[in-house]
Amino acid sequence: MRAMHDLGGIEPMASAAIDREEHALTQFDKNVDALMYLLSARRLIRVDELRRGIESFTPLQYATLSYYEKWLQSMTNLMVEKGVLTREEIEAKIASLRADASSP
Amino acid sequence: MTRAGRFSPGDRVRVRLDWPEAGPQRVHIRTPHYLRGQTGVIERNFGAYPNPEGLAFGQPGLPAQPLYQVRFDQAPLWSQGAPSDTIVADLYEHWLEPVSEARHG
Repeated sequence: MRAMHDLGGIEPMASAAIDREEHALTQFDKNVDALMYLLSARRLIRVDELRRGIESFTPLQYATLSYYEKWLQSMTNLMVEKGVLTREEIEAKIASLRADASSP
Repeated sequence: MTRAGRFSPGDRVRVRLDWPEAGPQRVHIRTPHYLRGQTGVIERNFGAYPNPEGLAFGQPGLPAQPLYQVRFDQAPLWSQGAPSDTIVADLYEHWLEPVSEARHG
């Protein structure tokens, strides 16, 4: 009955050594963080909603997406859920940005 | 200062043995699975905050719920550490029930 993300005290993590290395942020990580800041400032997303979105992923998504990939996927889902953007608008924008990036 | 709330530092409380995750509705729960049904002691009252279980679904999360720091003996929960180790968790009041000081047996 434990939820997928409720990992406290669960093996193998409970016995694993704590990773104390600093991990450098990628440009992607920084972009996603900035996007979340803007969506929060405009009151389009609360952090509680971001977390709930991540908790509703499939187990495969939850296990394979990186920290900031989880954020981005949840933010995208929430924008669609709230009617701020449609999937079609998002897909069209991605296609347009890809085309711009590949043109000389 | 004294904060509004059902519990005070030193009160013994039991965490509700409840699994909203098992129901048909989508939920967002902040109470760790390993503390459900366990008994601890109130350490601090942080004041009242909008309930994240509602905020997570775009609701206002009102009435605000008092949030407490609660200390538990680690030994019965996790099979690690020293016998004197404790676990401290932040838990909202609606997840806590009073435990009477009366000893049975």
